[in-house]
Amino acid sequence: MTPLLQVSGISKYYDTRLGCRDVSFDLYPGEVLGIVGESGSGKSTLLNCLAGHQEPDTGKVVFDTRADGPKDTVTMSEPERRMLSRTDWAFVHQNPRDGLRMGVSAGGNVGERLMAVGARHYGNIRAAAIDWLDKVEISQDRTDDRPSQFSGGMQQRLQIARNLVTGPRLIFMDEPTGGLDVSVQARLLDLLRGLVRELGLSAIVVTHDLAVVRLLADRLMVMKDGQVIEKGLTDQVLDDPQHAYTQLLVSSVLQV
Amino acid sequence: MIQVENVSKDFTLHNQNSVVIPVMENANMTVMPGECVGLTGSSGAGKSTLMRMIYGNYLTRSGRIMVGDLDVVTALPREILDLRRDTLGYVSQFLRVVPRVPTLDVVCEPMLAVGMAQDVAHARARELLTRLRIPERLWSLSPLTFSGGEQQRVNIARGFAHEYPAMLLDEPTASLDVANRETVLSLIGQAKARGAAIIGIFHDEAARAQVCDREIDVSTFARKAV
Repeated sequence: MTPLLQVSGISKYYDTRLGCRDVSFDLYPGEVLGIVGESGSGKSTLLNCLAGHQEPDTGKVVFDTRADGPKDTVTMSEPERRMLSRTDWAFVHQNPRDGLRMGVSAGGNVGERLMAVGARHYGNIRAAAIDWLDKVEISQDRTDDRPSQFSGGMQQRLQIARNLVTGPRLIFMDEPTGGLDVSVQARLLDLLRGLVRELGLSAIVVTHDLAVVRLLADRLMVMKDGQVIEKGLTDQVLDDPQHAYTQLLVSSVLQV
Repeated sequence: MIQVENVSKDFTLHNQNSVVIPVMENANMTVMPGECVGLTGSSGAGKSTLMRMIYGNYLTRSGRIMVGDLDVVTALPREILDLRRDTLGYVSQFLRVVPRVPTLDVVCEPMLAVGMAQDVAHARARELLTRLRIPERLWSLSPLTFSGGEQQRVNIARGFAHEYPAMLLDEPTASLDVANRETVLSLIGQAKARGAAIIGIFHDEAARAQVCDREIDVSTFARKAV
């Protein structure tokens, strides 16, 4: 089986400050990779480099494209990369405001991504939008409301619908449940797990919440000071951590 | 089916003065298909640790752990995930599931994961839950709201749903009443009869005597004092 994503030697410096250093991994179809670490550990920098939002200083991000097979997205042309990010890739931001158009209706937010890949028939676009709003448990009578009138949890679900409507194969998620209260968080995790399994999606989830990765991720990478200090099966890393920092991280979780 | 060869394990606690806790050295054991081997030894001897190492949940410092054709010690994460899905089952005392998922779906999940048809999986899940005396009115609820004993029985139903060729059972009969204990022991007996290789930890001696073909004392694997 060809990996969906092959990452090798990704480094990113901000001037002389380290963002992340020499990160390599493979992601296979249907796999969910969690990246944990405290703020400033370089996990968001890494995610942005992988998703093409930032250009890494060194390294390759090889994605198995539908048309041409494995291709380095760092060196591909800007239009090609943009096309990827509209079709095969999705990016769920921590703050839904970064991933939504707040002044456009919920249905419009979902439909826009379809139009960006060439859909033109209004009836079909609206039907697809309503179908996806239903999947993320947003009722049909809210289709024409703006996201600014939605609660935080609903905005996050809308962002997921907008991202998944074009049938991506890889989702990047930056703290998808950050800032949501626990009951909404559980519902969102349940939804994400179901979608990942049903649609066979691969995902890279950045978070600082260990409970979230335990539920969502098959594999885990732990980052500190811009480097990956430990990686492996999620339950193995959490139950038998080897690195001093991971042990500290795991033992610092409060028991409920 | 399961072969443990010269396996060693220790824990290093970096945040507690880097204490190194040796657990075992040169552990060896073999389990054939259709055989149930009981692990014995006092609390803290490393019974659960050995079981978790076989499951790939704990890392192994050295040695080889073969489950079928796969060496768990050196396997890639996704190879271990495949092994857990198809070949190796693990039933612990504790149920760990996503909140809000109904009991019936919790039990069906391992069967759907190996591609069993939805209606066949549902029928088997119903049969198992009935056998384990979980009242039908609870099946549509999340097991997280159940009593401890009920959660444990849901966990057993889930663990025995797919017919794994190899199984690890960590105190499956602890805290069950007599009738349910008998049900679990009969499930283990049936798994043996279809050729499953089983490693179990049973604190209950009568239960152990009933299903285990052999016993292995884990404390003999402890590192000898230098």
